[in-house]
Amino acid sequence: MSSTRLSRLNRSAKPSTGLARLLRHGDIPFKLIIWLSSFLVLALMIGFGVMLWMTSGETRAAYGTAFVFGTEWNPPGDIFGAIPFIVGTLATSFIALIIAVPLGVAIAIFLSELCPPRLRRPLGLMVEMLAAIPSVVYGMWGIFILIPAVVQPIGDFLVTTFGDQIALFEGPFFGSSILAAGMILSVMILPTISAISRDVLLAVPFSQREASLGLGATRWELIWQVLLPYGLSGILGAIILGLGRALGETMAVTMTIGNVTQLPTSILNPGYSMASVIANEWGESRAGLYSSALLEIGLLLFIMSLGLNMLARLLVWSVSRRNPEQRV
Amino acid sequence: MMTTNTFASAVEAKQASLRADSTNQLHRRRKLVNNIMLGLTGLSTLVALIPLVWILVSVVENGAPALTPAFFTRVFEPADVGDLTGGGVLHAIVGTVIIIGLASLISVPLGILGAFFVSENPNTGFGLAVRFGTDVLAGVPSIVVGLFVYALLVNGAGYTALSGAIALAIMMLPVVLRTTEEMLKLVPRSLNEAALGLGAPVWKSSLRILLPAAISGIVTGVMLAVARVSGETAPLLFTAQGSNVLSTSLNEPIAALPLTMFKYAIDPDPVRNTQAWGIALIIVVFVLVLNILARLIASRGVR
Repeated sequence: MSSTRLSRLNRSAKPSTGLARLLRHGDIPFKLIIWLSSFLVLALMIGFGVMLWMTSGETRAAYGTAFVFGTEWNPPGDIFGAIPFIVGTLATSFIALIIAVPLGVAIAIFLSELCPPRLRRPLGLMVEMLAAIPSVVYGMWGIFILIPAVVQPIGDFLVTTFGDQIALFEGPFFGSSILAAGMILSVMILPTISAISRDVLLAVPFSQREASLGLGATRWELIWQVLLPYGLSGILGAIILGLGRALGETMAVTMTIGNVTQLPTSILNPGYSMASVIANEWGESRAGLYSSALLEIGLLLFIMSLGLNMLARLLVWSVSRRNPEQRV
Repeated sequence: MMTTNTFASAVEAKQASLRADSTNQLHRRRKLVNNIMLGLTGLSTLVALIPLVWILVSVVENGAPALTPAFFTRVFEPADVGDLTGGGVLHAIVGTVIIIGLASLISVPLGILGAFFVSENPNTGFGLAVRFGTDVLAGVPSIVVGLFVYALLVNGAGYTALSGAIALAIMMLPVVLRTTEEMLKLVPRSLNEAALGLGAPVWKSSLRILLPAAISGIVTGVMLAVARVSGETAPLLFTAQGSNVLSTSLNEPIAALPLTMFKYAIDPDPVRNTQAWGIALIIVVFVLVLNILARLIASRGVR
């Protein structure tokens, strides 16, 4: 009797033929399918590297490492050097970090330590909404609003005040520039930095706070001397994730950086980033060395973002694993 | 003797008051620093809200005039003939719906199935590798995804809507997988154990017990994934490529809202710029509504 009830519950067991038993009533195909689906993620990661490596073979054969260190980019003359774009990418990302790191960490502190609990969710949501706005919308906002209203006055001021003494602020300045792209990027990576740092700070154990406050520390001393050092590696991870996002950002940078293939010497010069040169010049590069060169830039970009992301994830994981009592 | 004593006590008193003063001063300084720094963190949060509000205001302000009925019902027309409005963006709306629908069809089942594997093998080497790989895949620049799909599918075969959908599916996959995995983790183990204990095979317990229990969270994940890709432009440049005609074929280039917006935004013609703002408004509203809805469902679904 109990066996009939069981088999009614488990209809798939009813026709217990040899095949069904062999496949453990569907479990073997199911496990195979879910294994394959999750393997797809790893296969994609490997596929990215392999595909970009294979398709960029032509430039590697022709230039070798000179491609990575070449300072001139002249497609009609078949001269391909990636330095102007690497510099553009690093410079814009660096400007973005200078602006976004202090702001982002401050927001994280406010949201995790000071904000009235009622406001915590809506405020956090609003900051995270900055991450939801698409890159191309940021780009358009940059062209039509931010550059004329904010970047232009700042740039003009820098040129007239420091232009003669400091090479970094030399003109000519026309709005679209490394500075403009960096400022747009800073807004875009702000939510990444603040959201992850907030989670890291929230994960600091209560005992740490109580000990510090019990010894008479002020709120700020608690934050500065206890919470930030405790969560440092996680915050570092958040910053690196933000950097990873800034490195790969395409549309917003393409629309604001000016797209000039010369090596920039001042942050007020127009430039080109690795992602934006791919986006912009792909249409012109029919085949051969030109497209192969762009694919190799893509490969470099992939390797950079892969390394940064792995590092960041390890750092964030190390923090979230360390503490036994979570507060989130 | 007496005088020295008074003198000594006077010195002591002076020292004590000095010490108290410096303690007071120190106390005041610590308090001041505390207040200033805490004030600055609050100020920073306000400063961060400025760009959000500013972007929303300028998108609404510049985009609203473009949103006429014709904008949604007509396709691309040259801006210098007819009524000079440049037509509408119906072709791009249709293209976006097709590409995102197809991308969801590909990535959602794969992501959910992959999440089953990871949640069933959370601490094996392979399970950890997949989780790690998912996080890293989510951080791959979108332009690199576009290049990869180009090299894999488009090279030689031509730009197609299908390749655009595959590029977006690759971007959606990690989001769907990670959120589904997080949601499966929240389902009580006892549910699964009860099903297995009654003799149900693993697939049945997974699809009929775990999946329905976690469904609200999974819907959230899918919505967030759609929100993430609906504004993506870079991966579509080399895959769907964009077009000016209404097309529903999967084997031809197809228009998409973000691609059309990019093209119109850098167009010298102000008519096109206004249309680009209109598209920006559509995309931003869609993305924000999806995000907020997703969070509402998530906060209501799992307690």
